Amino acid sequence: MTTVIIYALTATTLFSVGLYGFAIHPDLIRKIVSLNIMAGGAFLFLISLAYHTGSPEVDPVPQAMVLTGIVVTISATAFALCLARRIKEKTGQCLLEHRRKDTET
Amino acid sequence: MPVGAPPERYGNITVPELLILIPFTGAILCFLFPEVLRRLTGLLSAALIFSNSAILTRSIFQDGARRLHLGGWTEPLGIGMSIDGLSILFILLTAVVGLLVSIYSASFFSAAQEQVLARHFWPLWLFLWGALNSLFFVSDIFNAYVVMELVGISAAALAALSGTSASLTAALRYFLLTMAGSMAFLLGVGFIYARTGLLDMYLVGTVADGGPLMAMALGLMTVALIMKTALFPFHFWLPPAHGEAPAPVSAILSGLVIKGSFYLLLRIWFTVFQNSTVTTHAAALIGLLGLIAVIWGSYQAIIQTRLKLIIAYSSIGQVGYLFLLFPLIFMTPDPAWKTEAWTACIFQAISHGLAKAALFLAAGNLIQASGTDDLRSMRNIADKLPMTTFTLALAGVSLMGLPPSGGFVAKWMLLQSILASGQWWLAAAPILGGLLTAAYVFKILSQSFVSDDKKSCCGNVSFVMEKSALLLALFSILIGFRANEVIFLLSEPVFFIIPGGQSP
Amino acid sequence: MNLNFWLPILMLSSSFFTGLIIFFLKEESTALRTTLNLAGSIFKVFAVHFMAYRLLVLDNIHQVSFSMGLGFDFVLRVDFLSLMFLALSSNLWLVTTIYSVGYLEGSPNRSRFFGFFSLCVTASTGIALAGNLITFFIFYEFLTLVTYPLVVHRETREALEAGRTYLWYTILGGALLFLGVVWLQVITGPLDFVDTGALEALGREYHVSLCIIFLILVMGLGVKAALVPLHGWLPVAMVAPAPVSALLHAVAVVKAGAFGIVRVVFDVFGRDFAGFLGLLGPLAVAASFTIIFGSLRALSQTDLKKRLAYSTVSQVSYITLGTAVIAYFSAVGAIVHLVHQGIMKITLFFCAGNFAETLGLHNIRDLRGVGRRMPLTAIMFTLAVFGMIGTPPMAGFISKWYLGLGALEGGSAWILVILVVSSLLNSAYFLPIVYSMWFELPSGQWKTIRTSRFEAPLMLLVPPMFTVGAAVFAGLFAGSNWSPLGLARQIAFGMGIYP
Repeated sequence: MTTVIIYALTATTLFSVGLYGFAIHPDLIRKIVSLNIMAGGAFLFLISLAYHTGSPEVDPVPQAMVLTGIVVTISATAFALCLARRIKEKTGQCLLEHRRKDTET
Repeated sequence: MPVGAPPERYGNITVPELLILIPFTGAILCFLFPEVLRRLTGLLSAALIFSNSAILTRSIFQDGARRLHLGGWTEPLGIGMSIDGLSILFILLTAVVGLLVSIYSASFFSAAQEQVLARHFWPLWLFLWGALNSLFFVSDIFNAYVVMELVGISAAALAALSGTSASLTAALRYFLLTMAGSMAFLLGVGFIYARTGLLDMYLVGTVADGGPLMAMALGLMTVALIMKTALFPFHFWLPPAHGEAPAPVSAILSGLVIKGSFYLLLRIWFTVFQNSTVTTHAAALIGLLGLIAVIWGSYQAIIQTRLKLIIAYSSIGQVGYLFLLFPLIFMTPDPAWKTEAWTACIFQAISHGLAKAALFLAAGNLIQASGTDDLRSMRNIADKLPMTTFTLALAGVSLMGLPPSGGFVAKWMLLQSILASGQWWLAAAPILGGLLTAAYVFKILSQSFVSDDKKSCCGNVSFVMEKSALLLALFSILIGFRANEVIFLLSEPVFFIIPGGQSP
Repeated sequence: MNLNFWLPILMLSSSFFTGLIIFFLKEESTALRTTLNLAGSIFKVFAVHFMAYRLLVLDNIHQVSFSMGLGFDFVLRVDFLSLMFLALSSNLWLVTTIYSVGYLEGSPNRSRFFGFFSLCVTASTGIALAGNLITFFIFYEFLTLVTYPLVVHRETREALEAGRTYLWYTILGGALLFLGVVWLQVITGPLDFVDTGALEALGREYHVSLCIIFLILVMGLGVKAALVPLHGWLPVAMVAPAPVSALLHAVAVVKAGAFGIVRVVFDVFGRDFAGFLGLLGPLAVAASFTIIFGSLRALSQTDLKKRLAYSTVSQVSYITLGTAVIAYFSAVGAIVHLVHQGIMKITLFFCAGNFAETLGLHNIRDLRGVGRRMPLTAIMFTLAVFGMIGTPPMAGFISKWYLGLGALEGGSAWILVILVVSSLLNSAYFLPIVYSMWFELPSGQWKTIRTSRFEAPLMLLVPPMFTVGAAVFAGLFAGSNWSPLGLARQIAFGMGIYP
């Protein structure tokens, strides 16, 4: 069981690092990257579960979950980047604040 | 676990599967088709989803809750679906609001300059509808995560629809938060799997116990879903996201999308963690946040001067009521009153969904007629658009919880269970919240009793738009007369696990 | 067709659907609107009399009840008390409709006005018919909603301001009532008005809760009944058009509150049980304070409608006062005053409306010598004033006489002092008006706002004639079984209150 705890702690640490970055960076790209670090933490933990039963076979379910999760996260990241680019085009800044500088007509 | 009779089928496909297939197929077709055909496809899909939802409701009503396996694959490889009274209520709410919003949109987006918006609106909206339907059927926690991401992406894309920098920023802020929430949720899924080796909600529920992993999972998932439901203090993303979007989108986001995450929260707390020891402190804390949300959201609504922002802030307040459920369930000794609290909150979710959608659609009418949603422009429309004014009044009555509306039924049961449980501090929510709600509702309505001298307005609003908003408002009143059916759908044979049925 | 079921429904729908249809009428279709309005109100008057016949002579019980699925039923039930309130509201609706048609001739937004006016009558009908506290509450809240547009009808800044004040008070009252009703329901389960005595059967451990509930309920109802200090909305709401003030004061809003207090004391708690809990003494003190306070404030008003408003604050509390004394005569006095105050006060407001509408007179100073210019209105005003003061043989005398007898019977002689002081104050603020109307000379030329064949348009003259006639007859023929007093006696008997 200790391996589970180790993996869990590592994953949580990675997740927390991502969360910290997500919370303090105003820049959108950094925020999105931080989200991916959080995702990395979650995936790491999930994939570690495949071995924890101790039996010789590998549990396929966590692997399936991680694969699906990666696909979901990639699309979500792409969408977020896309929105960030549009915001940069509109306002000239890659930030969430500065809503006052509305450059459109 | 009760398992009902086999569902209605068309060939090999059952009705619940159709409810997911139709919107996704419709979305893809809408994406491919040119304008007229696109609108037709959108409307046809909406009508089909609505009728199938009605059929499914009827069969659940008669035969009780049931479980299905997509394509005949059983768990853990296949995707399981569970349909009970709670899911069907939300499916039906989505169907009613969805159908009327679709009809409204067919007219709303027809003006030439809106063509660009409509091209994106229909596919995204149908994707969202499919995702919401899947969310209400979902029976394992990992698929819940996937479906939630689907909802989040399509909802954020809809929020960004108008393309102004304000709406883009609002949409991205919403999306980043909901994504962060999803990550937390996923980590929670991992913790639960590590502890139990199971993903199915009901199976986890039967074996789950206390322990640090489960507690952390519950905490992560709760925070994630609370953020998505915009509970105070995670509410800040909601007003810009809902206020800047086009009217039908605001109606969908406020009326349905935040209900989706709340639904999942109910499943997590009362199905997945049904036997785990949840500390009453956590429940009380959530209740306290709900109470603050009721007061803070309503207060913020009072001081706004734009109609859509008033309605958006009102959502924060109205959603706060839903969270009073947690302290009521976990701190009430008497099972009968637990059931009452449970019904009250579901009722609140439903009537708020209807009333809020009606309000946003009416605000859309106002904007189309006068070009702005500044409250003072209401003065011009009262004579010109009596239907829209009437809609605002009816939906307002339901929000205030005045009889005989859906909101009244919800507040009645809520206050009753609060008093019966002896948790007096919670009574401030329905009483004070009702007063504050009345303040902003009448702030809106009193404008319609003033005729402005300079009759500078107004553009025309189509018959369809006025009527679909009015119908939604009427439903939010009439649901008050159908309390019996809702109560039945939340009772034993139609519902898998009833809070209060056993001690949590 | 089962009339016992359908008659109450018809009573409600005769004004409800009239109101709904009127909303959708064009502003110009005056004739159709008036016809509809009159048809609805005349139908209602007939229906009430038919119902009275069926109840009093044939002993039919009219009852409608639906399950709301919330642990309570929606119950409409006709007893003597509701019949009396119904008769009052339906008859006054008819005369006020006639008056409003004349009063609002040519003014804007009439469809909106008459629409809400009919809904307002629907609400007071519902309040009369309600068979339990929850049904009562539903219509009570509905009344708040539909009277607001009437108060702000003039659309001026002042009217909107008054509307806001009115809303704050009444919504707050509604919230309190809501709390009280739900709390009571939690303790007792569903409780109809006919189940008097159920609270008495509860154990002693509930007594504290019951006292608090009583306080909350009376506070919630006291807002509409204008119990001091919850009366603040009433004088400001005077900006509404005269027929609205007339209806609000005579039967709709203020009376709904008073009626509710009567119901709570007599039918929910039971008078003896409320007395046993020690709740009636404080209620009597609150009512007495309101009576004196209202009269004192009325003295200092120079605006005629404001003076009438403060007079209402004072007069309506007679009803509360009568309910708060455990005596047969007090109960009868309170119940009969529900009707008497209504018909007298509505006359005064009609007359005030006539002065304002034909000669533009709002201030009491300007009324000097108006008796020569508008003798009919002045006579009716004078008669109603004598009624209010309590001069025999007017209706007001009967109320006060019974209240006085009740005070002696109930052993609360101090109430007698209140009644005397109040009557003196009534004279002090009413008689100078009458004196200057008849015996002083006009200060200048009358400026005529509206010309007509008589001193005022016929539609403004007939309604007050009718109501003042009713006030006189109610006093003269008080001994008859069919007079308000006769009915009030029967109601008291029906509640098990004997001399």
